[in-house]
Amino acid sequence: MTQPNRVQDAGRINRSRPLTFTFNGRTFQGYEGDTVASALLANGIDIVGRSFKYARPRGIVAAGAEEPNAVLQLGASEAAQIPNVRATQQELYNGLECASTNGWPTVEFDVMAYLGKIGGGMMPPGFYNKTFMSPQSLWPTYEKYIRKAAGLGRASKQKDPDTYDHLNQHCDVLVVGGGAAGLAAALAAGEAGARVILADEQAEFGGALLHSNDWINEKPASNWVAETVARLRTMDNVQLLPYSTVNGYHDHNFLTIHQRQTDHLGETAPQGLTRQRLHRVRAGWVVLATGAHERPLVYANNDVPGCMIASAVSTYIRRYGVVPGNRLVVATTNDYAYQTAIDWANTGRQVVAVVDSRPDPDGELVAAAEKAGIRVIKGSVVYDVQGSKRVKSVSVARLSTTELSLAGSETTLDCDTVATSGGWSPVVHLSCHTGSRPVWDDDVIGFVPGPANQKQLLAGGIQGHYSIAECLAEGFSAGAQAATNAGFDKPTDLTVPKVHEPSVGKAMPLFYVPHKQPMTRAPKQFVDYQNDVTAASIDVATREGFEAIEHVKRYTALGFGTDQGKLGNINGMAITAQAVNKTIPETGTTVFRPNYTPVTFGAIAGRNARELFVPERYTAMHQWHVDNGAKFEDVGEWKRPWYYPKAGESMQDSLNREVLAVRNGVGMLDASTLGKIDIQGKDAREFLGRIYTNAWAKLAVGKCRYGLMCGEDGMVFDDGVTSCLGENHFLMTTTTGGAAHVLEWLELYHQTEWPELEVFFTSVTDHWATMTIGGPDSRKLLAELCDDIDLDKDAFKFMDWRQGTVAGVPARVFRISFTGELSYEINVQANFGMHVWKKLMEHGAKYGITPYGTETMHILRAEKGFIIVGQDTDSTLHPYDLGMGWAVAQQKPFSFVGKRGMSREDPTKANRKQLVGLLTKDPQKVLPEGAQAVADPKQAIPMTMLGHVTSSYYSATLGRSIAMGTIRGGLDRMGETVYYPMLDGSVVEAEICSPVFYDPKGDRQNV
Amino acid sequence: MLCIFCPHCGEYREEEEFSARGQAHIKRPEDPEACSDEEWGNYMFFRKNPKGLHHELWVHSAGCGKFFNMTRDTVSYEIKETYKIGEQPSVVAAEK
Ligand SMILES: [Zn+2]
Repeated sequence: MTQPNRVQDAGRINRSRPLTFTFNGRTFQGYEGDTVASALLANGIDIVGRSFKYARPRGIVAAGAEEPNAVLQLGASEAAQIPNVRATQQELYNGLECASTNGWPTVEFDVMAYLGKIGGGMMPPGFYNKTFMSPQSLWPTYEKYIRKAAGLGRASKQKDPDTYDHLNQHCDVLVVGGGAAGLAAALAAGEAGARVILADEQAEFGGALLHSNDWINEKPASNWVAETVARLRTMDNVQLLPYSTVNGYHDHNFLTIHQRQTDHLGETAPQGLTRQRLHRVRAGWVVLATGAHERPLVYANNDVPGCMIASAVSTYIRRYGVVPGNRLVVATTNDYAYQTAIDWANTGRQVVAVVDSRPDPDGELVAAAEKAGIRVIKGSVVYDVQGSKRVKSVSVARLSTTELSLAGSETTLDCDTVATSGGWSPVVHLSCHTGSRPVWDDDVIGFVPGPANQKQLLAGGIQGHYSIAECLAEGFSAGAQAATNAGFDKPTDLTVPKVHEPSVGKAMPLFYVPHKQPMTRAPKQFVDYQNDVTAASIDVATREGFEAIEHVKRYTALGFGTDQGKLGNINGMAITAQAVNKTIPETGTTVFRPNYTPVTFGAIAGRNARELFVPERYTAMHQWHVDNGAKFEDVGEWKRPWYYPKAGESMQDSLNREVLAVRNGVGMLDASTLGKIDIQGKDAREFLGRIYTNAWAKLAVGKCRYGLMCGEDGMVFDDGVTSCLGENHFLMTTTTGGAAHVLEWLELYHQTEWPELEVFFTSVTDHWATMTIGGPDSRKLLAELCDDIDLDKDAFKFMDWRQGTVAGVPARVFRISFTGELSYEINVQANFGMHVWKKLMEHGAKYGITPYGTETMHILRAEKGFIIVGQDTDSTLHPYDLGMGWAVAQQKPFSFVGKRGMSREDPTKANRKQLVGLLTKDPQKVLPEGAQAVADPKQAIPMTMLGHVTSSYYSATLGRSIAMGTIRGGLDRMGETVYYPMLDGSVVEAEICSPVFYDPKGDRQNV
Repeated sequence: MLCIFCPHCGEYREEEEFSARGQAHIKRPEDPEACSDEEWGNYMFFRKNPKGLHHELWVHSAGCGKFFNMTRDTVSYEIKETYKIGEQPSVVAAEK
């Protein structure tokens, strides 16, 4: 296997470690140290994908995070599929399999290319909005076709085999970027003694120094990198994070770092290792040393494979030993690209010419190139490219010195590679994340960070300072400053190294290269490769009235790809400015948002996945429920038994059996999950009176009372039974899901409104195991296990509680009932719960004791018309709407929470929705919960809706269906008929009635 | 994610431990029954939405459980100060 573009000896790759990989099913070879991009270029692969809109063949243009085209689908196995991997940032490993994301059926032959070629007219800017939005009903069809053809990568359909971590960290100084400036900053801050994190997205620290020709301290720059990294490694206070992208800069110097720990080792992590880690760092000070991205020039057909960024070509040659073509034309506006021509020539391949837009370039690199015999065409531009799957030649013409147009006749130069440089764009993204708008700098010819919003310093390329000497000096200075700002002494042992590098001449601002044809007639001049945005489409957008840059971006999709327009945004803004006759700063600034490069969902989720996604709460008797075949229901974080099916039973069979057991014998419910709040203090009783709607002044020790809790608007938000344990001591129960909210509600009023009240609240939910035994046999059963409480019906009455011993352990027994039956709620210390539960089951066997779950509880309480807050209420119903005015003590001296709210105009007006019972005309028909009531089922849509069904069940006790629901003015409409239209066109007829369907006098619970 | 100084704990802690509970210094009327519907409506529903300094009620929900006040810039998210319930802010927006 030959690698036709691999240069002998050059580069930092390890030639003794050849690696095999496949791309689009074909097998290739690369070396350890390659990226997928460098390996593809070494093998002469020109086309890596098809463009999104026009389906044009696309090749690799860059060598880093800014790459727009080489976005691949990675993974040999289905489980490890990774979409949208930038080939320029994915290190090669043996056995790597990747494929083009775009291109259907193949990248070489693409249906969409024909669509794209039929005419630019078919896909003008705003195409998707304009064309595919009508008729809207067809959008899903269009979308499916476009997605398949254009390709957007795909996630695995299987479970991710890897694990991911989060690591929360603090540091004094976080240095972002490990190039010259970043290394210097880390060294300075580290020497000062600060805790430093240095993060860089690449495998190796060094940035551009890794492919630099320049010298530091009389040695190649890469030697200084090696020495500095070695020195940093010896420092305990410095943490080096390679493969780590700082992808978000958030409030208060909180930054997220996406570390790809094993992505370079294989598609899944080796045994025992975590694939990726998200560092969540709170930094004292941040040094941004993020460098700059080279800007491509915008010229006709600038997307033909072979058109690359000049510095990327140098990177491939010098770092990876890959020369991505044979005959090079360089097109530039500045000195830097001359280095590319020199690097290319040094490989022995042909440099056809350097085409420089400046009439009189005079830098040292220009002289060096000319001295090396490279042809330099001055005052000229490459304005067009010939070729489709690879560059064949370029058209060159002189640039007018007075206006943005071509002058004179064209020359055609045969070549296969065009390396362009339109200057550099500082990587201001992270600074933008903090809300700081970047500002245009005419000297830099680019945006630099605006005033810092946070504890942030800058060094090197991000400020538009590109010489190594400046980067090192600014790095040392910023690192030292950050450390002293964080409270450390200035480092002493540091001298800025001596740098030998060529002096650089003045660059020329040029963003759009004019063509012989006007912009709208010229062949496509691409601004944003990934989203196929051309100069002409920006022009069209401005002519259609989208003049603000944010509007142009949204209309054309400029910068909305996974690359966030790292290459194209500045050129796009410049072209917009030109179209509307404004300067770039007048046109606006560009804003970048997190994340800098895409982050996997795995890294975002970390360990908060699968069984750790949401914590699960279990009661003390949970294992018994599992062992006895319970089906579980999630209530808040709790796993509650839902029902206990027996072999051969349908769910309804189980419910019928459980319901009848409670009504006729004895059943037992695990009620441990109800919220329990211990309330103590001399003002506890007063506090209860203020927070509940009913009266508490006279509740005696040993007694229990049901209470409703309302918001200041008068609407019910929780309910439960509160018991008086002592004169200044109460136990409040809340709904299972509302416990935390109620506790905070009590604290809110105590801390902010009535701090003078002496009262303390403690959550004791988990301290107690609660089992409810209910049914006519429950007293007999309890008597077998309790000999120190007088269970006589007159000694221990309904709504009393007693302290005693049950099954040999201390217990609080509450005679309360949510089923309407004789019922006892037994509370024991949680760790005795299982013991007591088992004893009750054992002794209850002779009565046919039946464990029941939440669903049976719901049916039993609905038979009695007891509400469930959150199911029968929805924060629009006050106690009177619920027919529970009996629970409101209007005469209480203190204006309790909710009192004033429920007396407002709206809560007191007629015809409010009110909770009522509903009996279907067909007793076997169970209304669906949520069904809407209407007075006239034949009314034209939209029908007048009167209310909805909140609870609906089949009641085995009554042998028919029962339901509760809201109806406008329902409490005054007893006996009237309402209709529930169903989805299938049928209508269910129901009669409004009292919600108490069973034992309306309450005889059964008072026996 | 904000870094918040809990005036009760006396420490900076991560925002994850706290919950925002809306505008601060909204006192429940002493005599609700004496309020008109409009006054009660204002107390219940009407809140400021300033661009700039805002006094907010927070609770250290996953920490000490205490409520406190915070003066925060709604543009920069800078926290000017946190202070206990019953105390008055020392940093306030200029009168317009
Ligand atoms: Zn606290």
